[in-house]
Amino acid sequence: MTDLVGHEDVDIEATLNGKPLKRRVKARQHLADFLRQELELTGTHLGCEHGICGACTVLIDGRSVRSCLTLAAQISGKSVDTIEGLSQSGRLADLQKAFIERNAAQCGFCSSGMLLTAYELVSTGEAASRAEIREYLSGNMCRCTGYHAIIDAVEAVIAARTAGARQS
Amino acid sequence: MLFDSTLSLKHNVQIMKARNFRYIRPDSLQHAYRILEENGGDAVPIAGGQSLLAGLNMRLSAPKLLVDIGGLKELAGQSQRDGTIRLGALTRHGELLQSDLVRKQLPLLAQAAAHIGHVAIRNRGTLGGSLAYADPAAELPACSVALRATLVLGSAAGEREVKAEDFFKGLFETDLRPGELIVAVKFPAPQANTTAGFAELARRRGDFALVGLAAMVSARRDRIEGARLVYFGCVDRAKVAASVSVAVSGLAMPVLDTAAFEREIRQDLTPDDTPGLRAETKLHMATVLTRRVLNSLVMQAAS
Repeated sequence: MTDLVGHEDVDIEATLNGKPLKRRVKARQHLADFLRQELELTGTHLGCEHGICGACTVLIDGRSVRSCLTLAAQISGKSVDTIEGLSQSGRLADLQKAFIERNAAQCGFCSSGMLLTAYELVSTGEAASRAEIREYLSGNMCRCTGYHAIIDAVEAVIAARTAGARQS
Repeated sequence: MLFDSTLSLKHNVQIMKARNFRYIRPDSLQHAYRILEENGGDAVPIAGGQSLLAGLNMRLSAPKLLVDIGGLKELAGQSQRDGTIRLGALTRHGELLQSDLVRKQLPLLAQAAAHIGHVAIRNRGTLGGSLAYADPAAELPACSVALRATLVLGSAAGEREVKAEDFFKGLFETDLRPGELIVAVKFPAPQANTTAGFAELARRRGDFALVGLAAMVSARRDRIEGARLVYFGCVDRAKVAASVSVAVSGLAMPVLDTAAFEREIRQDLTPDDTPGLRAETKLHMATVLTRRVLNSLVMQAAS
């Protein structure tokens, strides 16, 4: 019989940080809580829980999204990358190095969201002006207000990556 | 949208969590229609969820069932036929920015999409969702009215079409009937001599507009021939300013003096005082935006 009423528990099958994930999740649980509380992946931070601060940014199918404005049930059939997976795979290494060199992480609360949004930008492989970087990161708040250092770091990585691409 | 964290700590309750609800992911559009019919007002469709989930987290609403239409192929895609551009309801804001079809034929939508939230919001939020939500300060309702769009609404009973101008009924109110979904939006291709203009004033980049203007203007040489100006954030819905549109027609560009349409702005727009923003300020902003948008068209024509 065709289901017309839905369920409070939902079975999902997804890819998380490159590995298959099969779980039963609460319909009402957003992705950030699912990652942090059920999977203990606490690198994804949770700030405002209504889409303003950007701390909870993760990638779904390669695009940045707010995990507080996404239900865990909605990731079924999709591929999710968090700060843990991207760090371990080394894909964030140049951004992380640039953040450390420029002291772009102060208290660190916004850093995972900043890094994932920056990763989406640098992954386009295209050059970006300082104003474009600023615009791209405008949805991620840093309450230490270390914005200049963050933009410096992203700018350096884009310069290095586009230079590398020209040489190869 | 304020959240009192001290209240939450004092009473030891987590108020930033959604109430319990059921969830269902229909296999097809017909399945979605049957679910909506079966559950009546208890069911709410979710697509990108960028407004809905924020509202659920803050417990501004508590539907019993979320119907996830985000994967329905019938609601996706963009096409052009016989001078009509059809955008599926699931067209994401980010797609409006990137689609060649939209940028070429409906540049107003691409200009407006740049102002919607931030990149992560634009990666998920959808055209249909924005129209169905009908926030009076949202960009896309105003653009769809300015572009004389027609909404295709579907339900178990079949499809019907409603003009964007008639679709928005008031604050978060639309012509959608119980059991209905927005399937697609049809835009007539603008005539060759019309230009799109868009501007908004917000307290921060990405916030909802305090006041905004979506405009389609036709001009010959340095003179405005005709205009369709739609203001948002001023009153309870996207508002066509008929008198202002007439008043600016015939003006020479660049428009340096706003006296030619200030009276008409007061005639067409009757905003209320809201906390932190007086009606008088909104009217001033609307006047400034009108001049800015009209003059941006001169710049566009020159480049």
